Amino acid sequence: MPAPEKTPGWLERRLPVMSVLRREYIAFPMPRNLNALWSFGAFLMVTMAIMIASGLFLAINYTPDITQAFASVEAIDRQIPSGWFLRSLHMGGVTMLFACLYIHIARSLWYGSYKAPRELLWLTGLGMMLMVMVTAFAGYVLPWGQMSYWGATVVLNAAHTIPLIGKPVSELLLGGETLGNTALHRLFVLHFTMAFAILAVIALHVIALHVVKPNNPSGIDPVSPKQTLPFHPYYTSRDGFALCLFLMVYAGLVFFLPDLLTLADNYVQANPLVTPRDIRPEWYFAPFYAILRAVPSRLGGLLLAVGSLAVLFALPSLDRSPTRPATRRPLVRLSLPLAFLSFILLGVAGMHPPTETWLIVSRMAMAWWFIHFLVVMPLVSEREITS
Amino acid sequence: MTQSETPPPEGGTKRRDLLTTATVTLGCAGACALAVPFLNSLKNPAATTLSDKTIEVDLSSLAPGQDMTVQWQDWPIFIQRRTPQMLAALQTPAHIATLRDANSKMLQQPKDATNWHRSVRPDYGVLVGICTHLGCVPSFEKPGSAPEAAGGYFCPCHGSNFDAAGRVAERAPAPYNLPVPPVTFLSDTKIRIGHSAGDPGFSMSDIQQI
Repeated sequence: MPAPEKTPGWLERRLPVMSVLRREYIAFPMPRNLNALWSFGAFLMVTMAIMIASGLFLAINYTPDITQAFASVEAIDRQIPSGWFLRSLHMGGVTMLFACLYIHIARSLWYGSYKAPRELLWLTGLGMMLMVMVTAFAGYVLPWGQMSYWGATVVLNAAHTIPLIGKPVSELLLGGETLGNTALHRLFVLHFTMAFAILAVIALHVIALHVVKPNNPSGIDPVSPKQTLPFHPYYTSRDGFALCLFLMVYAGLVFFLPDLLTLADNYVQANPLVTPRDIRPEWYFAPFYAILRAVPSRLGGLLLAVGSLAVLFALPSLDRSPTRPATRRPLVRLSLPLAFLSFILLGVAGMHPPTETWLIVSRMAMAWWFIHFLVVMPLVSEREITS
Repeated sequence: MTQSETPPPEGGTKRRDLLTTATVTLGCAGACALAVPFLNSLKNPAATTLSDKTIEVDLSSLAPGQDMTVQWQDWPIFIQRRTPQMLAALQTPAHIATLRDANSKMLQQPKDATNWHRSVRPDYGVLVGICTHLGCVPSFEKPGSAPEAAGGYFCPCHGSNFDAAGRVAERAPAPYNLPVPPVTFLSDTKIRIGHSAGDPGFSMSDIQQI
């Protein structure tokens, strides 16, 4: 809807927000063939907003002190008016956030959205995923339940195995060798500092998207205006509808299944003398936990868990093929779904006790994940015949 | 500035470059110096250091096959009273073959516990209850209960198992045996944890790993 040109108004002359909004969110040309997977970015934005709002209001009632943290979270659940809702919204939000994040990334992998000229879009997105992980880890410690304490202890001890710097750095950051009051207070500060830092990176991510324009399922950038649609009303209404469906799932989790993804042990206050029998990570960390556990050496496990993410960062240089979507690349079309399956299998293995069978499953899935990114992608991009 | 005697046109540029580099370098150095007090403030004055504190534990209520947990240096300390069957199981060659460090070669115990039962007296075992893998607290498997029929410890986090003497299984992710604290028997049913009469020079800070 091109607005008729007139003399710019008072605000426009000083801060051209209205014309920028019009250009980037109303007239912005979107590829007309986007499918439902392109709505997950919008879901992520909305979830982030809900997380920050609910997090701020939870922080008002939370006490970052090991003697009071657990009780203050219980008070939020039981005594603060609507506190149960805010907490459920925040806890359910983590699941929605990670689910959307993983789907969003899988979509980029499938349609080759990480390739030129969108490398920075890909890297800012992955950087944001790491920040979300750090934030989620710090946030999970805050209720000071048994799972909070022991999950963090395991991660901390894994970090201690990094040669030379591991121990001194983690002691400096957490104020001691073991988890205590200082550590809890600092993780609380880290938790909400990171949340706001993520907002800043979202801005970079979205600006980069508006510079390079969205990818699309065909992997061929639209050349003529006929192949595009203005963002409003076409994609605002479509994303709006998709958001309604998304919020229905989210609300279902918050109102009907608040305990689906929480572990009963985390409703027992942290006890440094007893590790719960059935220790499990949250589902979104399960794949990395499975890797940590599948490797007999501690440092090796940590390196491979970090490496499983590092290969994603390296992907734009590992996959040199100019063809974007996997649908046009016969070998990638086979190999990539297996990599997705490996990730899911690692997640399932991470949620189960470390029996022989699950260890074998984790090792095979881990092997395929690395083979796909480090062997298949570089070789295939040199030799394949694309359709 | 010795170059200033012959200032060609590009000499001015060089001088400006030098000034820019010097300004940026000094600015960075200043920023780094300013960061020192910020990082310093992160050091925790109350950080835990090993104290010389000892505790005395009364074992008279401990029946054979039972275990108890006490706290020393913020660590859980497992004390078990072993049955003759448990002691026999520790010495079977088939069992010893499954262990990573059956003869306690790694410094994870005082000298008076560097033996097949890893304790001062065979009938009592005292261990620091922190898994050497990633620091969880293993749980005691009573003698007769699976999977360690002879009694032992199982870590719920990553499935490391230890025998009743705290020796780690070869296949477990934990790299070392459970540490043994310095222990002195004051009487038949009373021990002091924190000092070893058989190895007075022993310190927990010297061991391979908690």
